[in-house]
Amino acid sequence: MGVDRRQFLKLAGIAGALGLGGSVGFQLLKPGSLDAAERMPTPYQMVFPKSQGNSEVMPNPKALKGRRWGMVIDMRKLTEEKARAAIQACNYYHNVPDIPGKQTIKWIWLTGYVNAFPEVENPFADPEIKNARFIAMCNHCDNPPCVRVCPTKATFQREDGIVMMDMHRCIGCRFCMAGCPYGSRSFNFRDPRPFIKKEYPLYPTRTKGVVEKCTFCSERLAVGKLPYCAEASGGAMVFGDVDDAGSELRRLLRSRYSIRRKPNLGTHPQVYYLV
Amino acid sequence: MLEKALSGSKLYWTWLICLLVVIGAGFGAYLVQYNKGLMITGMSRDVSWGFYIAQFTFLVGVAASAVMLVLPYYLHHYKTFGRITILGEFLAIAAVIMCILFITVDLGKPSRILNVMLHPTPNSILFWDMIVLNGYLIINLVAGWVTLEAERKQLAPPGWIKPIIYLSIPWAVSIHTVTAFLYAGLPGRGFWLTAIMAPRFLASAFAAGPAVLILLGYLVKKLTRFDAGREAFETLAKIVCYAIILHIFFFLLEVFTVAYSAIPSHTSHLKYLYFGLHGHNNLVPWVWTALACGFTAIVLLVNPRTRKNPTILPFACVLVFICTWIDKGMAMISGGFVPNPLHEVTEYSPTGLELMITIGVYAAGALVLTILYKVALGVKAEEEAV
Amino acid sequence: MKLYNGPQIIVGLVIFLAIFTYPFWSGAGKAAPVPKPQPVPKSVATQCVADTAYMRTSHMTLLNHWRDEVVRDGDRLYESANGKTFNMSLSNTCFQCHTSKVKFCDQCHNYLAVAPFCWDCHLVPKEKK
Repeated sequence: MGVDRRQFLKLAGIAGALGLGGSVGFQLLKPGSLDAAERMPTPYQMVFPKSQGNSEVMPNPKALKGRRWGMVIDMRKLTEEKARAAIQACNYYHNVPDIPGKQTIKWIWLTGYVNAFPEVENPFADPEIKNARFIAMCNHCDNPPCVRVCPTKATFQREDGIVMMDMHRCIGCRFCMAGCPYGSRSFNFRDPRPFIKKEYPLYPTRTKGVVEKCTFCSERLAVGKLPYCAEASGGAMVFGDVDDAGSELRRLLRSRYSIRRKPNLGTHPQVYYLV
Repeated sequence: MLEKALSGSKLYWTWLICLLVVIGAGFGAYLVQYNKGLMITGMSRDVSWGFYIAQFTFLVGVAASAVMLVLPYYLHHYKTFGRITILGEFLAIAAVIMCILFITVDLGKPSRILNVMLHPTPNSILFWDMIVLNGYLIINLVAGWVTLEAERKQLAPPGWIKPIIYLSIPWAVSIHTVTAFLYAGLPGRGFWLTAIMAPRFLASAFAAGPAVLILLGYLVKKLTRFDAGREAFETLAKIVCYAIILHIFFFLLEVFTVAYSAIPSHTSHLKYLYFGLHGHNNLVPWVWTALACGFTAIVLLVNPRTRKNPTILPFACVLVFICTWIDKGMAMISGGFVPNPLHEVTEYSPTGLELMITIGVYAAGALVLTILYKVALGVKAEEEAV
Repeated sequence: MKLYNGPQIIVGLVIFLAIFTYPFWSGAGKAAPVPKPQPVPKSVATQCVADTAYMRTSHMTLLNHWRDEVVRDGDRLYESANGKTFNMSLSNTCFQCHTSKVKFCDQCHNYLAVAPFCWDCHLVPKEKK
């Protein structure tokens, strides 16, 4: 035999070390350069091919396309009633469970001014603002700390800026919850299904042990529709392309003074509040 | 050498069986957690890390502290540590194993743990923590085992082990630095956002680890004929003394920066810990106990008469242990999460099942430590009999 | 050659073999019924996203592939080998034709003793009585 056991083990060890180290190196030097390599069929894929013959995948041509999605919340228009309608729509269509207590799940919720903007303290501010109930949700930051800390890329940022969760990959380490400065993430401490009053069959639920959050309704954008909250809010929540100077969203931002949550942290949140 | 762990006194076997019973109970509790999810813990949406991660952080320190023996012995040829360096290395092994277990029981989806390697993500500190912890485990296993084996054969250790031992020195620093980076790199968590997080962690580690080692040394002396030697204990006690002073000093630096700058997102956490916030004050008695223990320990350790007293020294070491354990094992995590980013207060306290699992992991560490120490002390006894 | 502690060793070996081979002899002669996944009625659909032979062996890799494309790349349409376009979705595409998990999916999964965790999250259509 050409290779004895000892040699084989040595070679295998070196190959293993290079394999792990090598792929990390690639990721560091040139992020994304591995994707091409990953598309080459593995022996497993040759036995079980990903797809048949000359099939291909593509985006839906009807999909809304944006370079940088964002949201404007008009606090003058946002009545408590409209906010509740938006929250209700989101919760129903995403099967967000209603779990009582401190292990609850929230995608989008109402909170006080001092809670949403703790560092914009001003005891003499306009009482209408000070006493208003603000909508809190994932800010889909341009520089998201949750993506930075995730050890498996289960949380990642799409090219259009949406901070996405891959529930299939999440290991439930909850690092992203520590990383998020807006408290926008929730963990499934238990099986959420018994707490979903009415299931919406066309959207998955989650399973115990994974983190979840608002996705800017990526499933709606993909078929050319606006997020549920924007649709249900009666014009108080405007979704659009921040990079498009001609968009309705940018027109609103030009016309009125807007604030963002904790801009001092450099996360570049993409949810703007018109006050 | 492992056969040395297979013969022992009645006390030895009773101890092992007790540990196995506790591990079994902890495993049972873990099965409940596995089936029901982390809902059985006291963790919440606001305090999303709890006892497990806190113990992990504390034990990384214990593991890193082996360097306090390895460095003087191998780098400065400080012969006094010749007899106990192996005990430090083996303590590190047991501590790292507990760290890995604590991370595992903390995961929501433990079955997917290999995703960390399948999708390597160098921008995540947790990825690096996995690398340094596993690396440190391997380094200490190899270095400890090979040197002990050489000792048994009455030979000089092989030459190739030297670089590995030297590597273990910066590596020990790295495990606790990377662990500190887990916390210190997060925007919007004022309590953790401090550049001296890593030095603080290392100072408390170099106090806690050698204190544990002194206590273990006394225990070993009582149970077997092995004596590390008076001088070794005294040197270790000095290390503990300097380290606990640094630990308290670093803490006071934090207090000054936070209190004098008076930035609310930084002060609120310390306020919560030491005085309570909006009527929530679960941890107040604990953190003051820690401070009291720390200061008392400093007094006892600085004074050479009390430090060298073989009945007072273990007592001082217990105080150091309590001080550092409360600091890292309780206050560090809760302090960071309370109040939450929306300035709401949700308190955390572990549940019974959570404590059962924690004790089970500690028992597993004790089992590993017992077996490793049995081997090491068996070799030493054999050597002395020759 | 002498076998030390012969009786104990032999008894031990017999016990080991008995336990080790238990699944074989306890299940002998009791073949599980061959699975009969319910075909989709011609009135609902005539063609799947790939032919039956492929789907039988590789539907799990296809679904994994779909999952990654949809969640990570945002590509949601699949043009199959026969030129038809499908929305890549378990709930919105597969389940629209395969309306019974019990009569379709479970048939083979139970036979092969595999328990995919797709259903932990993806809701299955209500079974018709």
